[in-house]
Amino acid sequence: MNIDSVEIVDTFAEAFEMWASRMIITADSDRWAMAAARSVTGFATSIIGCKCEAGIEAKLDPTQTPDGRPGISVLLFSTSASGVGKRLVERVGQCVMTCPTTACYDGLPDADERAAVGSQLRYFGDGYQISKVVAGKRLWRIPVMDGEFLVEDAFGVQPAVGGGNILILGQDNSSTLAAAEAAVTAMSDIEGVILPFPDGIVRSGSKPSSKYKSLFVSTNDAYCPSLRGVVDGSQVAEGADCVYEIVIDGLDEKLVGDAMRVGMQAAAQNGAMQISAGNYGGGLGKYQINLHGLLE
Amino acid sequence: MSLKLRLETQPEVPLEADCLSPDRVQGLDAAAIAKLKVFYGNQQVELGEFFAVDGSGDEAIHIEGDLSRVKHVGSGMTYGHLKVEGNVGAHLGAGMSGGRIDVSGDSGDWVGPEMSGGRIVIHGSAGHMVGSGYRGSKVGIRGGEIIVFGNAGNEIGNTMRNGLIAIGGDAGDFVGVGMLAGTIIVLGQMGIRTGAGMKRGTIVSMQDIEPLPTFSYDCQFRPTFIRVYLQHLRALGMHVDERYLTGAYRRWSGDAVELNRGECLLFAG
Repeated sequence: MNIDSVEIVDTFAEAFEMWASRMIITADSDRWAMAAARSVTGFATSIIGCKCEAGIEAKLDPTQTPDGRPGISVLLFSTSASGVGKRLVERVGQCVMTCPTTACYDGLPDADERAAVGSQLRYFGDGYQISKVVAGKRLWRIPVMDGEFLVEDAFGVQPAVGGGNILILGQDNSSTLAAAEAAVTAMSDIEGVILPFPDGIVRSGSKPSSKYKSLFVSTNDAYCPSLRGVVDGSQVAEGADCVYEIVIDGLDEKLVGDAMRVGMQAAAQNGAMQISAGNYGGGLGKYQINLHGLLE
Repeated sequence: MSLKLRLETQPEVPLEADCLSPDRVQGLDAAAIAKLKVFYGNQQVELGEFFAVDGSGDEAIHIEGDLSRVKHVGSGMTYGHLKVEGNVGAHLGAGMSGGRIDVSGDSGDWVGPEMSGGRIVIHGSAGHMVGSGYRGSKVGIRGGEIIVFGNAGNEIGNTMRNGLIAIGGDAGDFVGVGMLAGTIIVLGQMGIRTGAGMKRGTIVSMQDIEPLPTFSYDCQFRPTFIRVYLQHLRALGMHVDERYLTGAYRRWSGDAVELNRGECLLFAG
């Protein structure tokens, strides 16, 4: 199958069951809402080394936020509901509460599972914290040096899908990167998904094994152009000297598939030679998202 | 089919009609509802002597007429929606724990005394003791919301423990007297002795007041939670000036004769 003249490999992305939460971060200005969002999503590229994956989902207009201020929607993923809760407490406490003028609200109010966040962070108030209940939601006012940090008592946590991906193969670094950037731009318009790697693109794809006993993962040698002549079964197409991967986490399988589809289309129209996906033979992840199936 | 009642005979003395609640009429037909007992003065009579009843009891009740002399409407309500087209008497929603009451006109004294949940919305004005505890009670309302678009009388939120009381117009004296926790917001003028004896809780005033001498000034700041509350009031249909969302507030802590953990937040522009 092709998009224009770009080959779409007949393969699938292997994705995993995860748990997700959504934070709505607001501040007096776009600048400080974004500062908190960047901080809270820092060092959250891969569950393998960061305990969670997180990214900015969307910028929010003041009419879309609980307090009528500029906001940023952030999604955070981990392998269990309790894991999501722990990461939320750590990251909201260290990255949002510390940021000037911010507040942080739950963005998944209908989720069945709830993670205690404000109800944990409130103790920072050392007894001066104040609880407020409005429209059925409990908020905590924690006194801080520029006024108060307002945080919701509990955040919704729901089942989600992590590890959707596409691999973009191109002639050289610049053309492949341009194709990947175009894909990221297109995928970023889809609500309910994030691309957790730096500006959405990853160059160090991995396989789930290593020759070293202490490591669980190692470089995805099958897609390293410099090893084309060395490794058996190299997947780097003839004429391709660069591969970039885009990893997608989403609130459900359909959203991940939607993002993969628009990403493939944008990459194909912006210089990609071939588009593939990463998988482990189907033996690890619950979801197998077939590239051809997405385009049919 | 929802239940519709229309006041046909105006009572000369107050009628105590705590049966006017979704909990009490659920599953009853019109004839059975008309036979429900109400107190008329010191006598028990049937509801049908005053109201025309149409439909059967379910989660929604629609009542029309000037119910100024009908007390205890919605008392003990736990769910459903009760709508009054007109005025309503005292003790509206007393002790309610869920559901919603809407009144298009005015209400008498004691709106939602000792309620623990649900929402009461008065589109006109209310009398004294909105959201208060009864005399002798240590605790007033423990949750829920009372929204009054117009004015209210004295002692609103007396000993309230939780919940929200919002007054779109003016309020009388002793707002939040003996308050234990919760939130009171008054967009108009307040009377004297606001927050007297309060232990915890928040009283927000958009007009300047003179705090009691047992309150101490803390700072001027922009509390984000007020924006959340005011957005909520806007969503319920109350007009709230944009400047109240974006402006600063002066915080006074008190009452020092009690725990000194309450606060009055006064709009500063």
